[in-house]
Amino acid sequence: MQIYLPVAEASVSAFVLLGLGGLVGILSGMFGVGGGFLMTPLLFFIGIPPAVAVATEANQIVASSFSGVLAHFRRRTVDIKMGLVLQVGGLIGAALGVLVFNYLKSLGQVDLLVRLCYVVFLGVVGGLMFMESLQALRKARRAGGGPAPKRRQRTWIHSLPFKMRFRTSGLYISVIPPICVGILVGILAAIMGVGGGFIMVPAMIYILGMPTKVVVGTSLFQIILVTAFTTMLHATTNYTVDIVLAVLLLVGGVIGAQIGTQIGLRLKAEQLRILLALMVLVVCGKLAADLLLQPSELYSLGPAVGH
Amino acid sequence: MRILALLFALLTPLAALATGEEVVLGLSSDRVSITTSFDGSEILIFGAVKRETPIPEDPLEIIITVAGPSHPVTVRRKANRFGIWVNAEAVEVDAAPSFYAVATTSAWKDVLTDTEDLRHKISIGRAIRSVGAPMEIRDAPHFTEALIRIRRNADLYQMLEGKVALDEQTLFRTAIEMPADLTEGAYATRIFLTRHGKIINQYETTIDVRKVGLERLLFVMSRQQPVLYGLMSLAIAIIAGWGASAIFTMLRNR
Repeated sequence: MQIYLPVAEASVSAFVLLGLGGLVGILSGMFGVGGGFLMTPLLFFIGIPPAVAVATEANQIVASSFSGVLAHFRRRTVDIKMGLVLQVGGLIGAALGVLVFNYLKSLGQVDLLVRLCYVVFLGVVGGLMFMESLQALRKARRAGGGPAPKRRQRTWIHSLPFKMRFRTSGLYISVIPPICVGILVGILAAIMGVGGGFIMVPAMIYILGMPTKVVVGTSLFQIILVTAFTTMLHATTNYTVDIVLAVLLLVGGVIGAQIGTQIGLRLKAEQLRILLALMVLVVCGKLAADLLLQPSELYSLGPAVGH
Repeated sequence: MRILALLFALLTPLAALATGEEVVLGLSSDRVSITTSFDGSEILIFGAVKRETPIPEDPLEIIITVAGPSHPVTVRRKANRFGIWVNAEAVEVDAAPSFYAVATTSAWKDVLTDTEDLRHKISIGRAIRSVGAPMEIRDAPHFTEALIRIRRNADLYQMLEGKVALDEQTLFRTAIEMPADLTEGAYATRIFLTRHGKIINQYETTIDVRKVGLERLLFVMSRQQPVLYGLMSLAIAIIAGWGASAIFTMLRNR
């Protein structure tokens, strides 16, 4: 059943979109990631214009994160204060990101920027995750290798001014690092159409030193606000949010996420991480190949600048 | 002054009679509606040649064109920079129809001379207007060729030689397939009668292509009330997220 998308101005099979939504939903349920970093490139592959894919995906992430954060609120694993501080940075970052996005769009380089961001981040994250989980698997096989000793050092982070107390996380740190992390994730959200969870989560653990149990909930909480803001910016400056596309992806996504959670419960953490890492690397490889190999069509069409 | 006007009024029908042949046209529909389930459309264009004189011996040829609204287009070419393929040069084509189909009764060279094509801009290459390419780009024609090639591959530009059926030098018909990714607007439809490559009569009408219903509502809203549209998208996202969470919690607790 073909569906005509009013803003993307393309006719796409509704089942393909529901299927994609479901597939990415399953993966995001299995691995606890938003799935935006997989969905946006998949939307490029089926021929949705990149600008529309990025803006619409931001809207879809609002839905999947909202669905996820409710569970965390019930378990009280959301550090609202930290979320709001990250948020301040996130809003600045999102605004910067949309500015950069629109500037490059006028130069005709937005495709390149989005794809480059994807190749770099997917490559780095996928690679690190793959190495780490391989080591974890090897260690588990050797058996008896106890958990790595946890060190809590006083680093340069603790000597910065503007300290604030975060009760839920049990931290007393400067607000500068969380704001910087927020800005970085906000820029990524606007340019790549992702929630940025895959950057935010490691940053919270390793840079801010937050306890793991509040990390996912807090990250989801702040992602909702950043992606909602990004959606509004794209909707009002570029008119590229396609609501029909978003709804189809949403329906598949929320159902898939629930199925994925069930599958995820039956697999071991290391196996899950290796699978996720491989998948990330495959998507990254496909995008990199598109950039590195000579394309079969060298020319591309775009609307005239300044119209 | 009055005499001149009278003279004019007398002369005009004579001028029309001199050509002797006129087009009477029918369309299977003068409106294409883009609905949610829109998957392309076929338009049947048919008509007759009205004449008061006997049929001349030389063969009559017919050309039918359908043109979507014209917009400026930027054509970009990728080049290998630092090992990756990036958009390098760009040429702006001043006006290119978003859709263009030309159907003829015979091979192109038999139906129209180059001069007539130049005057009426009938062939695909002529329907595109490109004047100013930047000085540093020497091969600007390659960019227009690429534009035509890309749009032909997407069925947005069609050259349908010999696809107009002509019976008894009088009745003609053709079918034009319009792809799913159409732009809205008035599609100018032209019919030319030619003999020996010279145009002897022409007729123009428009086909209205519009998004209707929900498609129209959403598209117009996204352009005219972007804030409201954005808020609506967010509301739908939040309701869907909350709904999914609530439903699955309920299912699990049963």
